[in-house]
Amino acid sequence: MSAEPLVKISNLNFTYDRRPVLTGINMEIHRGQVVAIMGSSGCGKTTTMRLIGGQLKPTSGSVSIGGQVVHELDDEGLYALRRRMGMLFQFGALFTDMSVYDNVAFQMREHTGLPDELIHDLVLMKLHAVGLRGVHHLMPSELSGGMARRVALARAIALDPMLMMYDEPFAGLDPISLSVVGQLIRTLNDALGACSIVVTHDVQESLKIVDYVYFVSEGKIVAEGTADEIRKSTAPYVHQFIWGEADGPVPFHYPAPPYGDAMLQEVSRAR
Amino acid sequence: MNRAMLDLWVGFFVAIGLVALGFLAMKVGNLSGASSGETYALYAKFDNIGGLKPRGAVKSAGVVVGRVADIKFDPENYVAQVTMQIDARYKFPRDTFATINTSGLLGEQYVGFEVGGDTEMLKTGDTIKKTQSAVVLEKLISQFMFNKAAEPSAAK
Amino acid sequence: MLDSILGSIRGLGRRVTDRIWRLGFASRFFIAIFLHSGTALRRFSLTIREIYFTGVLSLIIILVSGLFVGMVLGLQGYDTLQRYGSSEALGILVALSLVRELGPVVAALLFASRAGSAITAEIGLMKATEQLSAMEMMAVNPIARVVAPRFWAGVISMPLLAALFSALGVFGGYLVGVQLIGVDEGSFWSQMQASVDFRQDIVNGVIKSFVFGVIVSWIAVFEGYDADPTAEGVSGATTRTVVTSSLAILAADFVLTAFMFRGI
Repeated sequence: MSAEPLVKISNLNFTYDRRPVLTGINMEIHRGQVVAIMGSSGCGKTTTMRLIGGQLKPTSGSVSIGGQVVHELDDEGLYALRRRMGMLFQFGALFTDMSVYDNVAFQMREHTGLPDELIHDLVLMKLHAVGLRGVHHLMPSELSGGMARRVALARAIALDPMLMMYDEPFAGLDPISLSVVGQLIRTLNDALGACSIVVTHDVQESLKIVDYVYFVSEGKIVAEGTADEIRKSTAPYVHQFIWGEADGPVPFHYPAPPYGDAMLQEVSRAR
Repeated sequence: MNRAMLDLWVGFFVAIGLVALGFLAMKVGNLSGASSGETYALYAKFDNIGGLKPRGAVKSAGVVVGRVADIKFDPENYVAQVTMQIDARYKFPRDTFATINTSGLLGEQYVGFEVGGDTEMLKTGDTIKKTQSAVVLEKLISQFMFNKAAEPSAAK
Repeated sequence: MLDSILGSIRGLGRRVTDRIWRLGFASRFFIAIFLHSGTALRRFSLTIREIYFTGVLSLIIILVSGLFVGMVLGLQGYDTLQRYGSSEALGILVALSLVRELGPVVAALLFASRAGSAITAEIGLMKATEQLSAMEMMAVNPIARVVAPRFWAGVISMPLLAALFSALGVFGGYLVGVQLIGVDEGSFWSQMQASVDFRQDIVNGVIKSFVFGVIVSWIAVFEGYDADPTAEGVSGATTRTVVTSSLAILAADFVLTAFMFRGI
């Protein structure tokens, strides 16, 4: 493992509409690693990913990839950087007006001047890697959720990225598709020699495949460690999250005025 | 939908769209028969232009030979000054007589040229000397009524 | 009392600033379309594909409506004109109303509801399903790849559709006036040709339809791109496209007519 991390997030803050979404995030991700960012819904995981991809600009702090600070790049530099990134969206985000084949070929056609024959071979190779060479002629609407996710994965690795990002790759999948996608994330990462960031709240599945975990709650990193360290962790938040308890450091109730006051207020307004 | 079908349909669409434009230009707008565009200016002064409007026709022997380009009031002589753009293919003698006529009883008004016998032709910027104003229908009717009213008493 | 008055004034102010902010955003978007039109024009097959969806698929409704509008003009026009004994002016009436006004305006209204709403819904859904985001992450600018081809397809299709509408309308008027009612065929065409001016009437009609094409396409792609990425957001944006472009077409028509046919 090289000493210099591929992705380095230092003291990152992001504020949306004066509401702090992320505060003081620090992360280091090295080549070859699969890293998970976990946390309950709405804690800023997806925002972190958009900041890494340069779709949002940080309020302060920085994200640097391979030594380049993302938010200081101009459009051209950012697009050049994105060609070396792959991203899998939550529901695949396949282009619905194109066939599976055209979806996977999209980036090759947009960014490379490769001849059609070569693109054909590459597309089938990528689809073969996710086990779906047989569906290249279908439209995305004809695929099941798990298959669509795998096609999207084939599309994301089309240009052999150095950094893969997965936004909730396990959401809404049946157990079989779930472990297929999980295994693919690991094997593709190792085959490409890339590094992967997996944003998820699926603890059990992701702990099987990741090297390192960051726990995010309310915009802050509350715990981090290797998969084993996390399983053994006694920190109350991590414990609640891993064992899926309804109440704990993350309260069941959304912040509200005292129950009794609220009831009385409702009654007086009803009159 | 494959690429060839798509191109075929779009090509068909653009082609019939252009045909429709051509139909409007030729058959409806009569571009083919319109003047080639080369014109020269003539002026004429009228005591009364009636309902003549810019872009009204200038006709000679019933054929459109030009258009009224501009109508101005001449504050020195208290007459209307009419500028006409005449098709460069047609030349008219210097003693041409310009009248304001009405097509039909209630139709549009136009400038009519009655050609004289002069051998010299009008040039760009010339003013036509002999003109006759528009017939104002109301005046005509009131004259007619006046005469009718006078008639019976004369007969008796 | 004072509070509620202040509150409603504040609400009014916020609504006005919101509108102006959105208008500014839409204008910047308009400029962005032009700046990123390179791809749409260089790889013209992208635009051709969209011309199929906006232009070719609108053909049926445009042709049928044009024919019927022309036939109705023929019937109504004849009914009015024959009272003044000038039924041979039917050709003028049909042709001028179609070429100057009804052709560009009605075709643009139909185009807004047929193609404009489809463009908005498509782009809005692409946004809602993160396809635009995915494209951005694949280092492809969605304005260049998705928005600009649709915009140019609309701008190219609109004048052709309006010309087809007018041509079919004149034909419809001819069918009813000459074939059905029996107005003299010669005077129908000759009167029409004598009164319809190529530059003044037909070119102005084409300019109008071109302007309407820009307006409708702009509104449609903007509403789609700006839609909230939810089901309600997309359906709301689709409705807004039809309403806003219809109003914009009529307003622009008034302004253009005032400039083009002033003093005649």
